[in-house]
Amino acid sequence: MSSNQNILVKLKDAGFKINDKWLVQGVSFQVEKGKIVTLIGPNGSGKSTTAKIALGIYKKIEGAVEKFTNKVGYVPQKISIDWTLPLRVNDFMVLTENLKSETIDEALSLTGVIHLKDKNLGDLSGGEFQRVLLARAISKKPDLLVLDEPVQGVDFTGEIALYELIKKISDELNCGILLISHDLHTVMSATDHVVCLNGHVCCSGSPIDVAKNNEYKALFGEQASQILSRYEHKHDHIHTNEGKIKKN
Amino acid sequence: MFDDFFIRALVAGIGVALVTGPLGCFVVWRRLSYFGDTLAHSALLGVTLAFTMEFNIAISVFIISSLIALTLIQLQKRTNLPGDALLGLLAHSSLAVGLVVIGFLTFIRFDIMGLLFGDILAVTVDDLLIIWIGGAIILLILKLIWKPLFASTVNYELAEAEGLNPDRAKAIFTILMAAIIAISIKMVGLLLITGMLIIPAAMARNISTSPQKMVVYSIIGGLLSVILGLFSSLEFNTSSGPSIITAAFLLFIISLFRIKQTIKLKN
Repeated sequence: MSSNQNILVKLKDAGFKINDKWLVQGVSFQVEKGKIVTLIGPNGSGKSTTAKIALGIYKKIEGAVEKFTNKVGYVPQKISIDWTLPLRVNDFMVLTENLKSETIDEALSLTGVIHLKDKNLGDLSGGEFQRVLLARAISKKPDLLVLDEPVQGVDFTGEIALYELIKKISDELNCGILLISHDLHTVMSATDHVVCLNGHVCCSGSPIDVAKNNEYKALFGEQASQILSRYEHKHDHIHTNEGKIKKN
Repeated sequence: MFDDFFIRALVAGIGVALVTGPLGCFVVWRRLSYFGDTLAHSALLGVTLAFTMEFNIAISVFIISSLIALTLIQLQKRTNLPGDALLGLLAHSSLAVGLVVIGFLTFIRFDIMGLLFGDILAVTVDDLLIIWIGGAIILLILKLIWKPLFASTVNYELAEAEGLNPDRAKAIFTILMAAIIAISIKMVGLLLITGMLIIPAAMARNISTSPQKMVVYSIIGGLLSVILGLFSSLEFNTSSGPSIITAAFLLFIISLFRIKQTIKLKN
């Protein structure tokens, strides 16, 4: 465990219900600087809800959530934007914070959509829009990135490149990342801590620990367990407190 | 050249248009046109209150409209009725109550047409001060809450997650709506105030590619509507409100041709 100053957001027995129906309950974990925490679980297991609890979007929650930073970048799973707004990609980039033109260009180049800068947001394809969402979240150089299925609708090669980018950003900015993903292959190779949800925390720990867990196997099947353990040999480094990578 | 009352009306109208331009964009973006109507209808109650207590009309309308807005928020929390039903309920109830109260106040002569549709003859120097000072304050506050208000208009959760406090911005915006209705009631009349908010903004939407441009075009559209409307009101001896709104509607129709052009260019 690293020192308290490194904690960006901490959930303790957190839960949320609508009309007496629990969406998720009893969730505890923390995101630290330079670490990637991944939430996995089947549909309806409360992953997005947990992210929204961590972000403070849901206010009437059970348990406790402590957020130690206000520099947050968020890529929501679903976003409904009203097209009565004339909004270009460039306007969207400065939605929550004013940024220099170079900063915007840099972020859009990183996610490969710089050519769309002056396009109307409504004219983008699903994958293009997803790349813009990610660019917007990283452009403000946040302490905490919350990415709810950030590569949905992105083409296969793009998906791999974007996950590599997310890993790189985590190292470079030393920011903490709370990631939600269905892609066990790509995510597990880069994740420090996995929280497996199914309305509550099934199991949590390093990817390897989770893969060995029986509850995880019951939820995802034996095959998924093998996917995870295959990455065992890839963990040839550890993360120090400063978020730097140290080879073993 | 022109009579004093006309110059006063012109100065008042320009002041109103400068404020309704940006505010109207938010009314269109946030789909608040019926909400604006409700506040405007409730203004009649505010006017009757002002007459009975010999109080300033703008201030009393502002207070009543703010109260109605708060009532709406409470009703939304405590009933299962849909928002539009609640808005309709409040709009027509407050309009009806206002008219009934006027019926009782037989000792005061009301110019109901003027209240409903605006009356340029009624604009006094005091009104000008209220419009310009009130308008400046509204614009200043809108500028201060622009970022959180706009961000939450695009997407509430993004604004909330990234620490912009959209709920506070929304509450302040509601107060601003009550304030613009209070200062523009004499010019446009309470039945047509929402038109002054929406029509120039809708016209601007047709010809703009960014939010900033839409605000600028909306202001220009409002100014043109006021000037055209007031001159024709003088020329044809029509009520000021309907004349201004008709001018705004004509500008909207012209802007439709611009859409056709852009669609053609795209193909």
